[in-house]
Amino acid sequence: MIARLAAFAFACLLTMFASAPAQAQSIVATLSTDNVPILSNFTGERIALFGVIEPGNNLRPKDGYDIVITVRGPRGAVTVRRKEQWGLMWLNLDARRYIAIPAFISIVSNRPLNRIAQAEVRDDLRIGVDALIPPQAVSRGANDPVFRDAMQRIRRQQGLFTEGDNKVRFITPTVFRANIDLPGAVPLGAYDVEIALFSDGALATRTNLKFNVSKDAVEQWVAEAAHRSPILYGAATSLIALLIGWLASVIFRRD
Amino acid sequence: MEIYLPIAEMPVDMFLILGMGMAVGFISGMFGIGGGFLLTPLLIFVGIPAAVAVATQGPQIAASSMTGSLAYWRRRAIDFKLAFVLLAGGLVGTLLGVLFFNKMQRLGQLDTVITLSYVVLMGTVGALITWESAKAALRKNDKNAPKRIAGRHRWFEGLPLKMRFHRAGMYVSAIPLVGVAMLIGFAGAVLGIGGGFILVPALIYIFRVPANIVVGTSLFQILFTMIAATIFHSATNQSVDLFLALLLMVGGVFGAQFGARAGANLRGEYFRLMLGLLILIVAVRFATDVFTPPREAFSATQTETGR
Repeated sequence: MIARLAAFAFACLLTMFASAPAQAQSIVATLSTDNVPILSNFTGERIALFGVIEPGNNLRPKDGYDIVITVRGPRGAVTVRRKEQWGLMWLNLDARRYIAIPAFISIVSNRPLNRIAQAEVRDDLRIGVDALIPPQAVSRGANDPVFRDAMQRIRRQQGLFTEGDNKVRFITPTVFRANIDLPGAVPLGAYDVEIALFSDGALATRTNLKFNVSKDAVEQWVAEAAHRSPILYGAATSLIALLIGWLASVIFRRD
Repeated sequence: MEIYLPIAEMPVDMFLILGMGMAVGFISGMFGIGGGFLLTPLLIFVGIPAAVAVATQGPQIAASSMTGSLAYWRRRAIDFKLAFVLLAGGLVGTLLGVLFFNKMQRLGQLDTVITLSYVVLMGTVGALITWESAKAALRKNDKNAPKRIAGRHRWFEGLPLKMRFHRAGMYVSAIPLVGVAMLIGFAGAVLGIGGGFILVPALIYIFRVPANIVVGTSLFQILFTMIAATIFHSATNQSVDLFLALLLMVGGVFGAQFGARAGANLRGEYFRLMLGLLILIVAVRFATDVFTPPREAFSATQTETGR
């Protein structure tokens, strides 16, 4: 952590001196970690993001800069089902399948998105939860807004799709810090972080970072064993069960 | 204190799971049942995926029936021949059950199947046990209680493949025994239950196995069907969560000891009446899920992940 901060400070200094004959605007940013290990006591994690805006030759916007950070988890297929009445019962009768849906979306900014840029601009740039869910070309009826909205609603309730318009803080007009909050049930995999700089309602520049969420040693080992040698895993689990059952009968023996 | 479950891929409160294991262990020790029919719904209720909840019952029930089997074995209250005949049916049923479970999971109907089966199975068994024990409790002084009438045979007694079970004192065809065990093995694998609460009454009421043999024999056969279920589930859907199983086992083992002591002071008919009502409550809880309009009609499941 300290080494990272030092590296970051060094990067900041570097940009300050090296960019004297600067041209376009740019962002230099770093995450407090690029790997989130899931230990047995994992209940979620906060990743900090630090960034510096390099204004280049451009004038500083009169309202100040805006930052929108999009954190996107690994994409996968999702099936959305709807319960419908069937006689007296309510059963899962209708379903839509979606592909390339991010398992996690978090959009953090320094103020509400609708005040940073207009809806069309944001949609073009794929900024916002809805804009990150690609229109479905193959699946029958998947673009049905009822199902699409339901998927977003459920993921929001689970804390997997979030928006936070106060999670980016400007420390100086060109230095910012953001918090990325990962919930306990965060999906595993590779995450993309896109940092977009807005100036007067238009995109000035953007840059990307990456981090990984992976299980730590013991958890990873158990999960891998369950998948790599499933029969052995089942046998071992049964053996442990027998051992515990036997131990209990030894400890509590009364006759 | 939270602990992260590697297969369910979610954190749970360790003491909540231990407590649930203990509470269900208490009840299972009291009634001499595995308690899977209570634990699976509880796990689903706290947010564990249904597939993981069902598959993880295997090792948990195996551990508690191991303790029970050892106690009955010391008392020589197990008819091993009967247990192995039941086991033959149980293993086939378990294998079919796991295959059916995987098929339903692929079709996206697993939750519905689990819920509906709980309603039907628990509703029927619960109502039967409650009815029978309420009747027995009401006319416990009546000397005209129906007894087995000599010379009158039930339909399955004419079947071939007759076997003699010395300890249980029976001479019956193996076909209905294997059939019943197969059905229970199937239900066990699909619902995450040991099936003791069906097997024990079935052996007593249909096959007239003496009460002192029946619980030990049933526990012994459940021990092996649950080991098979653990291995089949692990091999085909990788949903057995070792950490969750460990928590449940440790909680359950302790709870069962206290439950067994509490159960020893209960009178027979009241004991069965309570068990019947308990099963009925679980059935009603599931029935409300199916028969009332859901608050959230939609559900979203991740079916594939690109890692």
